[in-house]
Amino acid sequence: MRQLITFIRKEFLHVFRDRKSLLMLFGLPIAQIVLFGFALSNEIKNSRIAIVDYSKDATTTRLISKIAASDYFDFQRSLAGADQLQAAFKKGDIKMAVIFPANFGDDLMHTGKATMQVIADASDPNQATTITNYLSQIVTDYNAELAKDAGQPMQINPETQMMYNPELRGAPNFVPGVMALVLMLVCTMMTSVAIVKEKELGTMEILLVSPFKPVYIIIAKLAPNLLISVLNLFIILLLSWLFLDLPVKGSLLLLVTCSILFILTSLSIGLLLSINAQTQQAAMMGSLMGMMLPTMLLTGFLFPIENMPLALQILSNLVPSRWYFIIVKRVMLKGLGITAIWREMLILTSMCVLLFTISLRKFKIRLQ
Amino acid sequence: MPPVISTNQLTKRFGQFVAANALTFEVDKGEIFGFLGANGAGKTTAMRMLCGLSTPSDGKATVAGFDVYTQTEKIKQNIGYMSQKFSLYDDLTVTENIRFYAGIYGMNTKAIKTKTNELLQELQLEKEAKTLVKALPLGWKQKLAFSVAIVHDPDIVFLDEPTGGVDPVTRRQFWDLIYAASDKGVTVFVTTHYMDEAEYCNRVSIMVDGVIAALDSPANLKHQFSVANMEDVFYELARNAKRKAD
Repeated sequence: MRQLITFIRKEFLHVFRDRKSLLMLFGLPIAQIVLFGFALSNEIKNSRIAIVDYSKDATTTRLISKIAASDYFDFQRSLAGADQLQAAFKKGDIKMAVIFPANFGDDLMHTGKATMQVIADASDPNQATTITNYLSQIVTDYNAELAKDAGQPMQINPETQMMYNPELRGAPNFVPGVMALVLMLVCTMMTSVAIVKEKELGTMEILLVSPFKPVYIIIAKLAPNLLISVLNLFIILLLSWLFLDLPVKGSLLLLVTCSILFILTSLSIGLLLSINAQTQQAAMMGSLMGMMLPTMLLTGFLFPIENMPLALQILSNLVPSRWYFIIVKRVMLKGLGITAIWREMLILTSMCVLLFTISLRKFKIRLQ
Repeated sequence: MPPVISTNQLTKRFGQFVAANALTFEVDKGEIFGFLGANGAGKTTAMRMLCGLSTPSDGKATVAGFDVYTQTEKIKQNIGYMSQKFSLYDDLTVTENIRFYAGIYGMNTKAIKTKTNELLQELQLEKEAKTLVKALPLGWKQKLAFSVAIVHDPDIVFLDEPTGGVDPVTRRQFWDLIYAASDKGVTVFVTTHYMDEAEYCNRVSIMVDGVIAALDSPANLKHQFSVANMEDVFYELARNAKRKAD
């Protein structure tokens, strides 16, 4: 045990002496979150919209002029009929369309309620959400005005429809995505580099000749990386809560447990990589090319997996981050509990155990 | 007194290839034993078997009284090892390196502290205790690496081409350390390419194509081959080698 502690202390010294890497390790998640954060919180102005007014009464005219007066919208044109909308959306001429059905004003006056239709091009989900929110805001204001004038509640309901991407994949997706990416990269790269470094230095030989157990070498190598990754995790969660308004809705404990599971899986992958790599460069390239691309492409946070060819869909099952991504989305964004993610947890656990066992055995075999 | 290293027909095969063939020799306590051979002659294979890193295919061997098949963990406790690469951590200080290696051999905190101070004094590195190893000159690194290899007072220390890339003066100083260790009773098992170093050994074995072609004191070997120096002894033996150096 004392030997192990000696070794772990040494590993921490390596990490803290290497200021540049340390800066990168913590800078990476912060940069990602801040970048994505600004991209998200940026206001979208002058979105081109079209309006189809079948009612053409005083109410719709007033509402249309309010919409047109807003900075957020660039009121392109009034279309005669809904049939022209499709073409305009397809060409990308407009980002959003507002449709007032016939008798809109009459309905509102007589029943106190009316429904308008809002269609947004959701191929860019962030933008679609943002501009429909702007519009809802204007309608809500208008509702209040009307109610004051009429002395009774008036309710215009914007009925929103997202075209092309009804589930709005993408908006809060990136935080779980960044978490998966950063943890995966940091863990695999740091571990593989740390072990290969000993090989390059020739110190591995000494360690193998010493009575120090190989499994201890592995544990000692993983310890600082585990700690850094958990710290990174909290930084990401804190940043997304503070800047992106994405708090952890579910159980934090559950999220952290699953994250540690994912971290251990990634560490095992790093271990496996290090056994085959001879130089630090090879280890680094292996982690970058071997892990970053599959993680980015096959996790589902950049491209929906359902839209991929079958072969890639099957392949994506092998990518640990895919399962972690699902877990984070469910626990962090939707606030679901363990019953919603036990299957994913089970898959991750099996991956972790399998990978760790293989790398441990291969590590021992190499010593022979 | 029983020999510290004793091998009998020790053999290592990799498939059809016999890397080390029926090695039989003994090394006594406190002896400086030179293990020579061209590249690819089988030195490293033999040394790995003796260090408990590789299981022999055939034959018998004991190191520090322990069997190389069944007691490798005991062997590891009782040997030290230093390679050409010096095997120190560049980003750790001198003290941290000593403490680390003492620590992984299971020495307790108090013993480590005493030993560290002792070593620093012996090597006259007290002023450099907190210097990162990467800032040390090559010769100092090498001496430090040797001291670290015997920090846990092993019975035997294996030196794998310990003086590669070091100038003759530093090499000579390094040998003073080896003699000092040998005087304390540490057995030194050393491989080298430098024939002047072979002269410093008590006895020398020369491997050719996986077998030990000659084993005696440098003086006897020179006499046997009727040549003036070890260089020629080595040449006489190694020129007939069939294996290509790798």
